[in-house]
Amino acid sequence: MPAILSKYFLLSDAFSLFFLFVIFIVSLPSAIYSFGYLKGAYSPARITIAGILFLAFVLSMAVVVSAANCVVFLVFWEIMSLVSYFLVVFDTRQEKSIRAGMVYIVMTHIGTAFLIAALLVMYKYAGSFEFSAIKDACREMPAQTKNIIFLFLLAGFGTKAGIVPLHIWLPIAHPQAPSHISSIMSGVMIKTAVYGLIRFVIFILGVDSAWWGILLIVLAVVSCLAGVIYALMEHDIKKLLAYHSVENIGIILLAVGLCMFFLSVNMPYLAVFSLIAGMYHLINHAIFKGLLFLCAGSVYKSAGTRDMEKLGGLIKSMPQTAVYFLIGAMAISALPPLNGFVSEWLTLQAFFLGALNTAGGFKLFFGICAAMLALTGGLAAACFVKAFGITFLARPRSRRAEEAKEVSLSMKAGMFFLSAMAVIFGLAAAKVIKLLAVVCGAATGLDTAGMAFSLNNFALSPQAGARVYLSLPLLALSLAVLLAAGYAVYVLSGSRKIALYKTWDCGYYKLDARNEYTATAFSKPFRIAFSFFLLPYRKTQKIRESFYHVSSFAYETHTTPVFRKYIYEPLLAAVFRAAKSMRRMQPGSIHLYLGYIFLTLFILLIFMGKF
Amino acid sequence: MPNPLIIILHIGVFIVLAPLISGLISKIKNNLRMRRGQSLLQPYYNLAKLFSKGEVIADTASWIFRAAPFAVFASALCAALFVPVFMAAAPLPGVGDFLALIFIFALGRFFLALAALDTASSFGGMGSSREMFISALAEPALCMAVFAIFLRCGTTDIPSIFASCGVSVSGLAAALALFLVAIAETSRMPLDNQETHLELTMVHEAMVLEYSGRRLALIEAASYIKQLVLFLLIAQIIFPVTPEYRAAPAQIFLSLAWYFGRLIIIAAAVALLEVSVAKMRLFRAADFLGFAFVTGIIASLCAILGI
Repeated sequence: MPAILSKYFLLSDAFSLFFLFVIFIVSLPSAIYSFGYLKGAYSPARITIAGILFLAFVLSMAVVVSAANCVVFLVFWEIMSLVSYFLVVFDTRQEKSIRAGMVYIVMTHIGTAFLIAALLVMYKYAGSFEFSAIKDACREMPAQTKNIIFLFLLAGFGTKAGIVPLHIWLPIAHPQAPSHISSIMSGVMIKTAVYGLIRFVIFILGVDSAWWGILLIVLAVVSCLAGVIYALMEHDIKKLLAYHSVENIGIILLAVGLCMFFLSVNMPYLAVFSLIAGMYHLINHAIFKGLLFLCAGSVYKSAGTRDMEKLGGLIKSMPQTAVYFLIGAMAISALPPLNGFVSEWLTLQAFFLGALNTAGGFKLFFGICAAMLALTGGLAAACFVKAFGITFLARPRSRRAEEAKEVSLSMKAGMFFLSAMAVIFGLAAAKVIKLLAVVCGAATGLDTAGMAFSLNNFALSPQAGARVYLSLPLLALSLAVLLAAGYAVYVLSGSRKIALYKTWDCGYYKLDARNEYTATAFSKPFRIAFSFFLLPYRKTQKIRESFYHVSSFAYETHTTPVFRKYIYEPLLAAVFRAAKSMRRMQPGSIHLYLGYIFLTLFILLIFMGKF
Repeated sequence: MPNPLIIILHIGVFIVLAPLISGLISKIKNNLRMRRGQSLLQPYYNLAKLFSKGEVIADTASWIFRAAPFAVFASALCAALFVPVFMAAAPLPGVGDFLALIFIFALGRFFLALAALDTASSFGGMGSSREMFISALAEPALCMAVFAIFLRCGTTDIPSIFASCGVSVSGLAAALALFLVAIAETSRMPLDNQETHLELTMVHEAMVLEYSGRRLALIEAASYIKQLVLFLLIAQIIFPVTPEYRAAPAQIFLSLAWYFGRLIIIAAAVALLEVSVAKMRLFRAADFLGFAFVTGIIASLCAILGI
């Protein structure tokens, strides 16, 4: 029995175990959360269905990351996609869900088609579906074939991961699922694509062209920036988070691309180091994105809307959810001493070290990539100031936001667990890196026993004699002490009168929620600065009672979805045109159909005889 | 093992000295405008005044508004711990490097921007949005400058950078990029104007508009400290020196005097820039910081060429 199991599953592979860990660290709190979340929102029968689908979803992901056989992998990959489709359309009452599900299932199958093609070509060379056999066969594969397989794998897994421009389904489908499912989809499911990319490209296929890594880095930079800029423009809190998944997948793939580059130029230490940075960010993103989606779900459940422009002031009615969201927002904005900071710092260091150890143009390329990563970080911080500030602070902007209540215990427990993880994975960075070194060694097939990885030692090459230090516990401690010192100064300087009074309103005396800054206004500078990409337009209309009296103004502003408008819509139109012209083949005459069958048979016979 | 006495002394120097830089800049600015100007010590008087006053807190504000000044203050002081003053080593060895410093600054800014939104005032929102806009655009320029320094020194560790790097073209270009970023980060002209409370132009002042009393004092002190940290970094990259300690007390004094004396030159440069340019439109911040980014690229190119 174990022999059969190990034929189809990787049972003791550190890399697979790592992904199993990632799956369960998010699924567990999501499952706990779902008890409170689903209760009252759906009928008991539907809650049971949701539970079954949830289990199937998690198990299929677990099988995907531990399969040792292409067929098993593909079958469960498909099951994962289908189950998540049913979860996306779970809210069948909403028409939006059906449309989101449609886009999702079409895109995900296009991706799967590429995967099947790539795996079939691999099969042709190996004569077996087993990973180990394919890995051996790939050594003798011609470079041209390898390139094509790589591009197919990139398209296939890229669709699932949501890299730009294949991201189109992600911000539509993820927010539409129930929130605990969104948290798993964004936190974990898209990571299975990263798993697949690393497993098939790095482990099985083997990287031998430098351009693979460079291509992936360029795509990842575009994903980072496009994801975060779209997120800034978004006011639907769950959509905003979904766009941030595009951004964060970009950051992870930056590190993976860097790893591929270093492997191709034979720098094993740097390759493993970059992959550690990437895998660290992967688990961090799973934690804080899972957390943020759960918090967004709590907001949605108690305030009844996901539109930030109708929220506000929730920190007073939902104090605990607010704290959890704040922790998630700080982690995703890479603020010390939380986990996102560590992995972003490591990724930046990976780029810097890459620049130090390559020559000429690569130096500048890596430097600019690092700068773009820094820009992404800055924009993400701005976006989460907006997300937290508009949703939780100041006054409520609608009745429902005013009446929001703190969520139930099971929901709080789920959020608490992930918040604690965000803190722990920050403070225990040194330990995590040691463990990840083993994981990344397994992923690349390199021996990492002789490589020392820690936060404190990057003495890599003779020219880099000096070392770099980062100690998260020390950083957290000094921040805490200084915080306490500041407070002590405040308290010890004696008591002064503190008056509560209205916010300064320039003597208007009628300040209400309508005077608050909105999410649209907050993102205006960004809309203007990135107008070359967002192509914003606005419509103003004067509504007149008479020629002399304007009773009110209507004002609308939109940004142009560039990828949808210039890539997908023309493509879709072409598909429909082709389908229309194909219709002429189907006139309804049975004789003609019999003719088709005969013709097909004839062509197939010739084909079989020739090849 | 870090010496707690050194750390306290280090922090003390930053707290005590930092307001003087702002006083100095303001004095030079006024003198350039042919005015007598306020006293050099005016920032201290302001802080003392704010510390003795009561506070008014907006009734819509939550604990974020009350806690943010402490977070801002702690993050500024934490940044100060990264920069060596008395010794070749940083007072708290091993806490972090130049890149971590960028994130530490981001921590304080994040909380200040949230606090600004918390009061439900449009001014606060405006300031918050503008601050995050400017700082996000400053980030790549800052990263590029650090990258150039890294290429030259082979490390992002601040004490090692301070110890090992002499004067070079790439260092000067990187310092210029850092200077432009510092202008943005310390809310100075042409991106912000500390002297006015005009809603069309203010950024930092709009964020702290609702603060008063001791909380405002803490925020002001934090901005002085942040300014000193940035200026010290720039000064060290343009004029690399390390103070000597083992020598006689008189020499300690002299070397410390030069260590901080370099700041006068930076302060004069800031003052000169502030009186000679007009405030830019907010959306032109992208051009200004784009220029800083390009300067950073030039610095990196120089570092690659080894000049």
